[in-house]
Amino acid sequence: MNPTTTRPGAEHTDRPADVTAAGRRRGGSSARPPRSSEGRGYSALHHIILSIWALLVILPLLWTVYTSFKTSQEILTDPFGLPAEPQLENYSRAWTEAKIGQYFANTLIVVGSALIIVMLLGAMCAYILARYRFPGNRAIYFGMVAGLTFPIFLAVVPLFFVLRNMGLLEGRMGLVGVTLSYVAFALPFTVFFLHSFFASLPEEIGEAAAIDGAGDFRTFFQVMLPMAKPGLASLAIFNFLGLWNQYLLPLVLNTDRRNYVLAQGLVNLQAQQGYKVDWGGMFASVVITVIPVIVVYVIFQRQLQGGVGPSTNK
Amino acid sequence: MTSPDTFVGHDEAAATTTPVVRRRRRRPSLERMLFFLVFLGLPLVVYLMFVVSPFLQSFYYSLTNWSGLSPSMDFIGLENYERIFGDAVFWKSLRNNLILLVLLPTITITLSFALAVMVTIGGSTHGGVRGVRGAGFYRVISFFPYAVPAVITGILFNFIYHPGGGLLNGFLNLVVGAVNAVIGLLGLGPVPEIHNAWLGDQRFALAAVAFAMIWTFVGFYMVLFVASIKSIPSEVLEAARIDGAGRLRTAVQVVAPMVRDNISTAVVYIGIFALDAFTFISVMTPNGGTGNSTKVVSLHLYQTAFRDGRFGEASAMGVLMAIVTMLVAVVVITVGRPRKDER
Repeated sequence: MNPTTTRPGAEHTDRPADVTAAGRRRGGSSARPPRSSEGRGYSALHHIILSIWALLVILPLLWTVYTSFKTSQEILTDPFGLPAEPQLENYSRAWTEAKIGQYFANTLIVVGSALIIVMLLGAMCAYILARYRFPGNRAIYFGMVAGLTFPIFLAVVPLFFVLRNMGLLEGRMGLVGVTLSYVAFALPFTVFFLHSFFASLPEEIGEAAAIDGAGDFRTFFQVMLPMAKPGLASLAIFNFLGLWNQYLLPLVLNTDRRNYVLAQGLVNLQAQQGYKVDWGGMFASVVITVIPVIVVYVIFQRQLQGGVGPSTNK
Repeated sequence: MTSPDTFVGHDEAAATTTPVVRRRRRRPSLERMLFFLVFLGLPLVVYLMFVVSPFLQSFYYSLTNWSGLSPSMDFIGLENYERIFGDAVFWKSLRNNLILLVLLPTITITLSFALAVMVTIGGSTHGGVRGVRGAGFYRVISFFPYAVPAVITGILFNFIYHPGGGLLNGFLNLVVGAVNAVIGLLGLGPVPEIHNAWLGDQRFALAAVAFAMIWTFVGFYMVLFVASIKSIPSEVLEAARIDGAGRLRTAVQVVAPMVRDNISTAVVYIGIFALDAFTFISVMTPNGGTGNSTKVVSLHLYQTAFRDGRFGEASAMGVLMAIVTMLVAVVVITVGRPRKDER
């Protein structure tokens, strides 16, 4: 809105891009006299090692995907063979009978709202702690960051009763309780990550905004938050993966079967199966759960290159 | 009526003439107070209510014989701790945690660092220092396992390790088949097919679970290391090369010290994970394996609390593990960064 505030902003958002650009520059053009002839041999060796690792990663995933189209009989008798006829029913069975559809919706609701709330609360808190000096600031910051080392399983038992006393455990309210605990446990990492980000924004920006008459709220929402976008983006990916990944919290706190998230639903499905195993449906459920996360990652993975952790974008 | 106006006017004047210092000394304005209340108060309330207070409560519960169901509980001092110290399953679980604590960071970080180095500076020695071709492809693929939820990874590896139709036995039996074909020609008896239940066998179970964990984490830390290696000025790497340092030496003596902070962060994170490990263990071996071969403290705690209804004792276990976790974090951080001034 005003030249003094936008210019440093542009400079900052450029920074992570610069890092990757530097990497590319190094990779590409600079001409150096050629050295040892064994270099090519090393390069080939590296390719072999990297390919082995890539195969180790890809093969189990591919195997899961095509196995999900086989009948249970085929899976047991011939683990490697391709399906004689793609069993699309595996998917419809997983979606409806195994209730993966319902768990999917629950997961989206819980993870989606927890993600939005924790990003907002975390950014607010990190911003205040990074940009304002007041007594107790350091104490609060360290109290927050110490939360990173608290083992969740120590807290789940009392947390269970905290939520029960607030009426956030039974029925549909259970989802609220789970969401709030997701938020609370993702908060330390979020604050830790964004603190260094906000601290690195030049002092003058806040002053320029103040001179222009922007209050604290406006400065935050219209100046600071947009400048923190690169950091917010990578953080959002980490938080999304982390929350989608949660298992212990829902296992203990999300006891109503209608509220199950995918992780619970799948474990339950696997445990229930016993002897009348619906392997096809099981594999299909796994694929349904994995695909969205992989898609989200592939779309946004570029964001992760500039600044992965708070300590890397120095 | 007029006071808010003069307030703002004063604020502006202060900001323009003597910016920072005087503004800070003034009494906070109403907006500032509201701002603090919302921006600091709200997150703090959530954090205190759902993280800090349960933690503090569990310290108290650990000194009681609370069953979880009954509202009443007696203060029994350190009795829970005594009971835990005499509990063979607890020691076995702790031992498994400690094995993971050594195994996971060592293997994961070595592997991910090596892969990151190959991707960033392992390329052809002609021209500038660069990564191998298709570096982006390897990097993106390697991250996939981290995007798969741990529960799914556990289930996936349950399939892979399955004694009947599992991928691992299937693969090994392909090898066995080939071997049999060869030694059959020599007139030797066939090697039996493998139908190992990897997760049910005490000898392999913990290693099998650990492999699934390593599979998950390597790509994540590889991406982390790639980003930090890329932020090393290229002059440094080229200087090393001109001085005649080979790739291995460059990686160990030049790159590793420069990404030291990241390595120690990685050790802390993987270490904290190794002391928890609940998800993988409970999905892959729901009861902690044959003869508790894969049981970890978090699973033991979970069973003590929710299956046996001994919340007091479970809390005491949690407190002990929290202390161990903090100790590990502090040790790694102090060992990991002797040079704090270097940014």
